[in-house]
Amino acid sequence: MGTACAVKMENITKKFGSIVANHNINLELHEGEILSLLGENGSGKTTLMNMLSGIYYPDEGQIYIHGKPVTIASPKDAFDNGIGMIHQHFKLVDVFTATENIVLGLEGKLNLADASKKVREICEKYGFDIDPNQKIYDMSVSQKQTVEIVKVLYRGADILILDEPTAVLTPQETDKLFQIMRNMKADGKSLIIITHKLHEVLEVSDRVAVLRKGEYIGDVMTKDADQQSLTDMMVGRSVSLNINRPDPVNVTPRVVVDGLTVYDELGVKRLSDVSFTINAGEVLGIAGVAGSGQRELLESIAGLYPIASGTITYYSPDSETGRNLVGMDPMDIRKNGIAMSFVPEDRLGMGLVGSMGMTGNMMLRSWRKGNSPFVNRKDPEALAKRIWDELEVVTPSTSFPVRRMSGGNVQKVLVGREIAQSPSVLMTAYAVRGLDINTSYTIYNLLTEQKMKGVAVVYVGEDLDVLLELCDRIVVLCGGQVSGVVDARKTDKRQVGVLMTRVEGGKAKNE
Amino acid sequence: MNKQSLFHIAKRGTLPWYISAAIRGCAILFALIVCALVTMFMTGENPISIYGTIFHGAFGTVRKTWVTFQNLAVLLGISLAVTPAFKMRFWNIGAEGQVLIGCLATAACMICLGDKLPNGLLILIMIVAAIAAGALWGFLPAFFKARWNTNETLFTLMMNYIATQLAAYYIIVWEVPKGAGKIGIINQNTNAGWLPQIAGKQYLLTILVVAVMTVLTYIYLKYSKHGYEIAVVGESQRTASYAGIKVERVIIRTMVLSGAMCGLMGLLLTAGTDHTLTTTIVGGRGFTAVMVSWMAKFNPIMMIFTSLLLVVLSRGASEISSVFGLNHSFADILTGIILFFIIGSEFFINYKVSLRKAGKKEA
Amino acid sequence: MFDFASFLPRAVMQGIPLLYGSTGEILTEKSGNLNLGIPGVMYVGGICGVIGAFFYEQSVASAAEMSAVLAIGIPMLASLLGSLIMGLIYCLLTVTLRANQNVTGLALTTFGVGIGNFFGGSLIKLTGSEVPSIALSATSAYFSKSLPIAETTGWFGQVFLSYGFLAYLAIIIALLSSYFLKHTRTGLHLRAVGESAATADAAGINVTKYKYMATCIGSMIAGLGGLYYVMDYACGVWSNNAFGDRGWLAIALVIFTIWRPNVSVLASILFGGFYILYLYIPTGTELSIKELYKMLPYVVTLVVLIVVSLRKKREDQPPASLGLAYFREER
Repeated sequence: MGTACAVKMENITKKFGSIVANHNINLELHEGEILSLLGENGSGKTTLMNMLSGIYYPDEGQIYIHGKPVTIASPKDAFDNGIGMIHQHFKLVDVFTATENIVLGLEGKLNLADASKKVREICEKYGFDIDPNQKIYDMSVSQKQTVEIVKVLYRGADILILDEPTAVLTPQETDKLFQIMRNMKADGKSLIIITHKLHEVLEVSDRVAVLRKGEYIGDVMTKDADQQSLTDMMVGRSVSLNINRPDPVNVTPRVVVDGLTVYDELGVKRLSDVSFTINAGEVLGIAGVAGSGQRELLESIAGLYPIASGTITYYSPDSETGRNLVGMDPMDIRKNGIAMSFVPEDRLGMGLVGSMGMTGNMMLRSWRKGNSPFVNRKDPEALAKRIWDELEVVTPSTSFPVRRMSGGNVQKVLVGREIAQSPSVLMTAYAVRGLDINTSYTIYNLLTEQKMKGVAVVYVGEDLDVLLELCDRIVVLCGGQVSGVVDARKTDKRQVGVLMTRVEGGKAKNE
Repeated sequence: MNKQSLFHIAKRGTLPWYISAAIRGCAILFALIVCALVTMFMTGENPISIYGTIFHGAFGTVRKTWVTFQNLAVLLGISLAVTPAFKMRFWNIGAEGQVLIGCLATAACMICLGDKLPNGLLILIMIVAAIAAGALWGFLPAFFKARWNTNETLFTLMMNYIATQLAAYYIIVWEVPKGAGKIGIINQNTNAGWLPQIAGKQYLLTILVVAVMTVLTYIYLKYSKHGYEIAVVGESQRTASYAGIKVERVIIRTMVLSGAMCGLMGLLLTAGTDHTLTTTIVGGRGFTAVMVSWMAKFNPIMMIFTSLLLVVLSRGASEISSVFGLNHSFADILTGIILFFIIGSEFFINYKVSLRKAGKKEA
Repeated sequence: MFDFASFLPRAVMQGIPLLYGSTGEILTEKSGNLNLGIPGVMYVGGICGVIGAFFYEQSVASAAEMSAVLAIGIPMLASLLGSLIMGLIYCLLTVTLRANQNVTGLALTTFGVGIGNFFGGSLIKLTGSEVPSIALSATSAYFSKSLPIAETTGWFGQVFLSYGFLAYLAIIIALLSSYFLKHTRTGLHLRAVGESAATADAAGINVTKYKYMATCIGSMIAGLGGLYYVMDYACGVWSNNAFGDRGWLAIALVIFTIWRPNVSVLASILFGGFYILYLYIPTGTELSIKELYKMLPYVVTLVVLIVVSLRKKREDQPPASLGLAYFREER
């Protein structure tokens, strides 16, 4: 082998209750290399890395750093061993400045002026663009990530772990990050990047290690790998990415959004003059980097977000005249006889009540029915049983709290309920996030089925491959604006990717 | 650091009801043992006779039993009142003030209108005034919480003392005789505004009203649309708006209801049993109610038992203090100890503790 | 004419217990623990000091034989120890056993006030006194001794120098706490724990230790408020329930100062002033009006609470994880 091991994990096992998150894993990171840790959502990548960074403690197994056996029982132990991890969810204190966050957890006398100077030096060395004295709550997502990386470098880490760093970045920011990673590697640092995006693996890493369902599958040098072989390792069998997409019939405008502008509670503009049409009998995709206004857009249409200006006009299937939805809340929309279903991004925080069972969650859509002051439990119970059956939800009973179900089953409950409302508009946000491939396909098929029934389906997604194969048209959002509407059958990933980063005024145009 | 690798703590799944009941039972048992030891240390009596004394203090004579049930009714009533708000995760610790303001409104009607109106009409006005006053005290924090997310724990806490000082002010305004600094029994000669006694029993009315409240609250929370709205809002406000529930309205409505129920308890206290107004008439029961409700997991039926436990203990402890010449505050100490154990035991219901490596040890 | 020279010292003496309480509670809340048991802690701090002083006074033949060091040291140690135990109970339940903070705090207050009144009552009984109070004037003399030059410097001495050492200690502790929170690394870490325990944990900060330390030290500081009240303000006279609602007022002060101990120095005097304002404003024969003045601190705190929530300034909000238990392996 020749190269020494910066990190060696031996027979690592970690359980959460009865769930085995990692089983008997052996992983090596060589000095001065970039290793991709590849696996589907839920394959145990983050759990494994959290044991390196001291967030979790392994149930079994041994970790060696630079050949020496070590115990990493806390994040501090990890720092002491030169390990720094950049988490997917940033661990930053909002009301602190960048510098205060960077020095958090260090020892010795506090001197923020000196620290700021050192932060500036690091920024200059690698070309980061942050103000050390800016408060975190004023920062953009990519600036926050930069703070996280600087924090690790400030501590002099020589082993860096990046947990899906590109999920929140634009392609340009991603390129910049990869360049920085190469610089760090040239500096002699060893890096692990957790990802499930194959092109990134091929672009940046030297070697790929693959996890599947908590097991270590194997590793391969990047130069010997290609998309197909990596996919095979990751999912275990060759999957056809072909999603069934029948041609739309009877396409008519269902919802017309015109000039929509919204501000969040801090007064920041989230959507700016957004106009597009949602057609019945079509799946409309909405693409964009995370936080480009997707959430605000769907919530505005659903009556959950205050609208500053613009109109949202609904055309019902049986009448010619439209009705403006602006100013209506979900209950008003329902009372006006508009069957709008919405599968929100935050399933347990918005779409479902975690502590209630399936029946209680079915009631979210039906609780107000009837004039009696008491709720009707019978019909929701029947509906819950039907969904339990038809979508093969794994749960001991219809009163078992949905919070304790697995992610896929939670989503089945949510999507099942929303489709059961016989909607005329069905909006979904990241409907397959965190789901295994089989459940994902179940969801795709359900959406397509609805489309063929003449429902106007909206699919907000992050995986461009899926968007391109599932949808009929794609609206691309960038910074709260529509940067393009494309025909999904005629466009390609590159074109959509470019649109995702195009900001009006030519600031980030790179064509 | 070593601790980290010594114990493994994980969230539990659902426990069968009998195990969680057993854990709580053990906690109460431990608490009673500790209380007995403390009492033994103070009095030199053996624990059995101490608990005998406690029981005697609570149920020893017919009169004592009535007082116990009256205390139970008041505590249970206030606990029921705070429960809808708690189910909504609205941390209302202002029951003390909401009850007191109900007492104040009742007393105001009795004193100012006592000899001007027929008794039936007077009582009707008292009921309306007490409920309205409590409701107002509940409305204010709810309004600010709903509109601007003002911290309700701190808000309701401040409202308690505003009510206390308001009561203190009126007590001096209405003091009898001048300079006494207290009101004494209101309308002692005319009994104007005194709530009627049922079957000649002074406390029966309060007990019956609270019994009805218990059943109604149970039904309201479990089966009504309002109850469902409260449960959803308590879990997640975003989910609630998603489901078309008007969150602001539910918060305000529920707190007005909580406050109104507190006001009603104030009416029962001032016009039903005590026939006076003091700043300490609620006697901390607004705070104890928080614990009663929480220990019962916001279940009105369970609250009968949790409030019974605390009331018997407090009555018994005052018996101990008079028998053994101890201070009455002894009851508060015992209550505190029992609460600590019950609060602590929840951990073992929600989490599983096991020793790392060295096999499994259930806590 | 409003007599400031006599008003201010009295306002200060009313304010000092609140200052101790609020400084202690601010430290506690900065760690994310909303300790509603502070009133109980202050009661315990007071009564433990009384117990310590009582037994010391009993053990010496006459007041003349008392040593200044012991007369001050014993009650202080007893007071600190008592409030430390209260802090430990709170931490054990809310941090280690992750119990609900509101419920635990209220139980702690019930317990602490019970302890205070129980032992107070027992001591009163022990002395066989006619009045329902216990007087420790000898010990109190040591606590309330002011600088000798205070009397010779006119109004200046009266306003600034006429207090016992615990009053100055309160101000020093408040200012030190302020400096500690703003300018030291430990203070930064503590604030991080209160803002986001998960972030602090990831940064290698021992969240449990910080929560324990902050809450226990906070409790001990608050306990000194009880000690000051009985030994200095009340001239060594303990009577049950005399401490009243000052504990809650201290919590109000925390909100009023928006979690800043240095602001608390002046704000506590303001609150103390509200408390005695009625004595200095001509109210004619209307005694009742003084009860309305006593309402003022709560009303202004309420106003501050509302204004802060209206302005939504991030720095002015309560610590973000206030009231929440932290559990690392949550998943």
